[in-house]
Parts: sequence; C-alpha cells; structure tokens
Amino acid sequence: MSLSPAAGPVPAAIGSGGTAGPPRDRRGAGHSPGRLAWLRLRADRTALASGAALVLFLLVALAAPLIELTYGIGPRDQFQDRLDGFGLPLGRAGGVSGEHFFGLEPRLGRDIFIRLVYGLRTSLFVALAAAVLTSVIGVVLGTLAGYLGGWLDAVVTWITDLTLALPFLVVALVLPPMLTLRFYGQRDTVPAAFGVGVLIVIFAVFGWTGTARLIRGQVIALREREFVAAARASGAGPWHMLFRELLPNLRAPILVSFSLTVPQFVTGEAALSFIGVGLTEETPSFGRMIYQSLEYLQTDPAFVLFPGVVIFALVLAVNLFGDALRDALDPKSAG
Amino acid sequence: MTDGPADEAGPLLRVRGLTKHFPVRGGPVRAVDGLDFEVRAGETLGLVGESGCGKSTTGRLLVRLLEPTGGSIEFAGHDLTHAGRRHLRPLRGQLQIIFQDPYASLNPRHPVGRIIAMPLRVNRIDPPGGTRARVRELMERVGLNPEHHNRYPHEFSGGQRQRVGIARALATEPRLVVADEPVSALDVSIQAQVVNLLRRLHRDLGLALVLISHDLAVVRHLCQRVAVMYLGRIVEIGDRDDIYHRPQHPYTRALLAAVPHVGQFGPAGRLRLTGEAPTPLDPPSGCRFRTRCPRARERCAVEEPALVRRDGGGQATACHFPGPDPLPAEPVRAMA
Repeated sequence: MSLSPAAGPVPAAIGSGGTAGPPRDRRGAGHSPGRLAWLRLRADRTALASGAALVLFLLVALAAPLIELTYGIGPRDQFQDRLDGFGLPLGRAGGVSGEHFFGLEPRLGRDIFIRLVYGLRTSLFVALAAAVLTSVIGVVLGTLAGYLGGWLDAVVTWITDLTLALPFLVVALVLPPMLTLRFYGQRDTVPAAFGVGVLIVIFAVFGWTGTARLIRGQVIALREREFVAAARASGAGPWHMLFRELLPNLRAPILVSFSLTVPQFVTGEAALSFIGVGLTEETPSFGRMIYQSLEYLQTDPAFVLFPGVVIFALVLAVNLFGDALRDALDPKSAG
Repeated sequence: MTDGPADEAGPLLRVRGLTKHFPVRGGPVRAVDGLDFEVRAGETLGLVGESGCGKSTTGRLLVRLLEPTGGSIEFAGHDLTHAGRRHLRPLRGQLQIIFQDPYASLNPRHPVGRIIAMPLRVNRIDPPGGTRARVRELMERVGLNPEHHNRYPHEFSGGQRQRVGIARALATEPRLVVADEPVSALDVSIQAQVVNLLRRLHRDLGLALVLISHDLAVVRHLCQRVAVMYLGRIVEIGDRDDIYHRPQHPYTRALLAAVPHVGQFGPAGRLRLTGEAPTPLDPPSGCRFRTRCPRARERCAVEEPALVRRDGGGQATACHFPGPDPLPAEPVRAMA
C-alpha cells in the first residue's frame, strides 16, 4: 500500500512515507498503517467535530444516572401540575423552563430532557450491541468462507442469500410477540431487558450479511497476495494465517462496516419502536417518544422537535465519523 | 539442518515429469507439462522463457504452493510431490521462495522485523542468540539498516522491500531458494544491486538457487545452468556458456537473438520469432514450437522431440533438427 502525497492531508513529517524512503522518526520506529490513519483522522475537521459529538453522546448515555442525580428529575417522574386541562404543558415551547430544559410530555407530564438522556442510552446500547454482534458473525463467517472456500463458502453464501431474502419487517413484526408469548404468559409483565434483547437479536440476524460479504471479498483478494503465499510457503498454519496475516489487514473494513451499521440500528430501533414492535413503553426510547408525539403534532410541536433533533444529530454524527474513518483508513477511497 | 544419508547420493532437487494442469472451462490449461531437471547443492539454475510458458507455475510447484498434477519433486531425498502440510513442515525452512512483486509480498500491517522473522516464528525455530539478533544479522546481510526493523513496508523503496523479501527467505538458512522474477518489478538501476546481492548470497552461503526470469542478461549473470522453457516444456537445458554461445534449439536461438544490444549472444537477427505462443489450452501436436519455428518440417507435427543430450555433454535439446547449421534440404513449412 503506497501513499501518494496527494492521497490525504498527511502531516509533512510523514508525507515522505511513500516510495521515497524511510521517514525520519525520533526513535527510528516507523509509522504503522494504523498510526498513519490516526494521524489523517486527527487532521480531518469533520472527523474531529463528529467524533467530539459522538464522545459527548456516549458520555451522556454512560452518565445517565449521574445526570439524573444532578438534574433532580427521573425519567418516570410526572409533573401533572404543570399541565393544563387538556393535558398540554403550560408555558412556552412545550413547557421549556430552567427546571425542565426540553419541556414536558403532554398528558403524562414527564420530563423530556431526562427521557431523551435515557433514550440515548437505550438507543446507543441497542445499536452498539447489535453492531458488535453483527460484526462478529459477519467477520467469522466471511473470513471462513473466503479463506477456506469450497463447500463452506457455498454454504455461507447460500445462508447469506437466504437471509437477504427474508422480509425484515415481517419477521420484525411477528417475531417479538411470538417470543414474548413463548417465554412469558399472556398476563405476565415482560421485563424491559427482554424487549431490548429481542431487538438486538433481530438486528444481528438481519445485519450480518453485509459485513460477511464485504469481509469474504476482502479475504479472497488478500488470499491471492504474495505475502500470504510467503507465509504458506514457510509452513504457516491456519491460525497464523488468519490471525497474523489476514485479520490485521481486515481491521479497516471491519471498523468501517461497524461504523456504518451503528446508525442503521439507531434508526432501526427508533423505527421499530415507532411502529410499536420494538421496546415497551417503560423503556425510554426515541422511537416511542416520536410515536407518542404524533398525536400532539399541532398542539405541542416541541414534543416531536426535541427527540427528532437528537436522533438526527446522533445519526448524522455517526455517519460523518464513519465516512471520515473510511477516508482515513483508505485514502484512495476519498472523493 | 537434517543431513540424511539420502542427501549425499543425489542432487538436492530432482524433478521428474512435473506436470500442472489447471482445470478451466474448455479443458485443462497445461501450464507445466512434463519437466525433468535437477539442481545440485549450491548450484544456480536459471529458468527462462516467454510470459505464460509456465516458469512461475514451476516455481510455485517447487515450493509446493501448488500441488502437481503429475510427476514427482524430490528434495533432499524427500518426496514432496503430494506431501501434506505436516510432512512438508520440516522441509519448509530449507526450501524458500522470493517473490516478484515487492509490494504484494510483504504484509503491510507488519514491521519488517516481524516480516523477516515470520518463517522462524511459524516453524518455531529459536536461532542461537535469539530471533532479534538473527533479524539484525539478516538485515545487515541483505544491505538494510538493522535500526529500521520496526518500520513498515510502505516506508521502504521497491529495492529495499525486495531486500526484505530476500532476508525473509534466508531467515531459516535454506538450502534452496526459488527466486520468481526477483528483479523484474524493480527499476533497472536497482536491478543490478539486487542481482549482485543474490550473487553474493549464493557465493557466501552456498545456496542453491532456481532463478525464474525472462531477462536473459540477469540469468547469464547469476546462473551456472540454464533451462529454456516453452509452453510448459523444457526445450533446452545446459551450462550457461553452452546455452548462450552454442544454442542448439531454434527457440533458444530466437530468444537470444531477440535480446537488444547484446548481439554477441548467438547469431543476432538471423532468427526472428513472430506471433504469440499458442495457448496452453490446446498446444500444437508434436513439437510445441513448430508453429513458430522456421525449421519446422512434417516430422515435427507428428513426433514430439525428446530432451536428449548431444555429444555426451551437459547440454540437452528437445528438437528434431537442432544446431546452428542450415538444414540439409529446404525445410517444408509445417501445416499451421
């Protein structure tokens, strides 16, 4: 992999790292391709901005209980006394005040800000967990299919096609109630974690195909490279081949596909919760909030505004960061 | 190194009837179709020929990156022909390969020190003084600064990368190295350096070398013996001086005549190759070279010439009408 000087905003110190010869470095150590990507990422303003936003989102999600503590309001606390006779929040813009940053929900009178904080937590947890599962399944199947080939490749490809042929919405609509009935009775209360788990499983079952195909293609391309032949000619076993020769070269596509599946699952969770098959009412979720806000679109537009803006900002940040990451890892793919 | 009793007796490498057919639609591609040759310990053999004549396939067969369709490969008394990974394992270190493309042959994610140490690590060899010291020694030997062991391939030039590839091949102290077009991807100015490095290594380490190249000048510089391949077959094999100064096969003569500016090899300009080599999917009957051979006669289409020694010397030629002299009678153009 050679880096042409025009390939990206590489700092001058390493710009000579192409074919001109070893660059200068204080300790004589070279820059690994990973380190070069990091340097490119750091020099990219979009990456910095979207990365900072992502870190902020992550911190908020992680520190949700802390925020609840300092904010002094829980996600289930109701403030009926601040609603008018129609159940609409008193005050401007849906009841925005120093006490309730984003106002109150109509009818139930719950605080929107703290519900968004917890919704972010739910959303990011579901998306990240599903993306991790997706990547693991996709990388394992893709690598095995690409490296071993033969009948295993045929079987994996067949399962991939089968999975792609399954209608996502139908399964997503039918499966959660079925599973809920299977494990809990008609009248039992279903714990929130169960709904979250089912959602993650559905995303993973449908999401792995893209990663698997991508990784399979990469592995097939890498398999023909001469450094793999060199390892084989030296008698390297499959373990060395997979973990020492192939996987280090798959880090970039894995990271990129991971970063592209996360926003997909964020919106997916919101969409499923919106149509009512995702999470239950007690779990704070963007999708549920937007669904409820539809009733009040005319009377209390602020209710749809806040969750809408937050989910938009989150997905945008993840997507922008994913793009920047891809450009940093593979400068040739940039514009 | 294992020095079995079998080693002493015969040559280091003995290839008999080596064949590799690739199954494709429309019948097998006969990439390599019955090669016989030997390489003695410490000897350098050049394998020359046009693109597509099966040189590289032969190289990959020798180090068993490919499994032969037929024939046999014997290395240091061990039959490698269909040996599995477990059987090959103890021999891998003694039989190494240098690749053509210095960009593709080094893992871009590993520092060169780790690349060079890979064969040691894979074969769980702990060299005296440790792997680190061995890597330093190897880097010095191939003319690289040992301080650069933690740099990555992209930080090196093509020639330097090829040196890394050579150091990797030498890590396990092999007895035979197959060099597959080791300089053809390099700038001409760098080629000479790498060729000289290979020559020095051969001299200092007593390596046997199988050099695969289409560059007759490089082969002449490095090899004691030369085998000329055409369409998956050896058409002529012999000592370097015999091949370059007394070529018997018309193809060898044509190849030498095609070298620019080195007219002193063979009768320049007298034999000219026209057209392209026929497809190895459907090689011509009889002598494979007959479709392009100015000396071809009816017999060439019917009977395949065997690789036979002439005058009891080391030179063997697969031709019905060898030699530089004009044919006794007017040659009849073979039916195309």
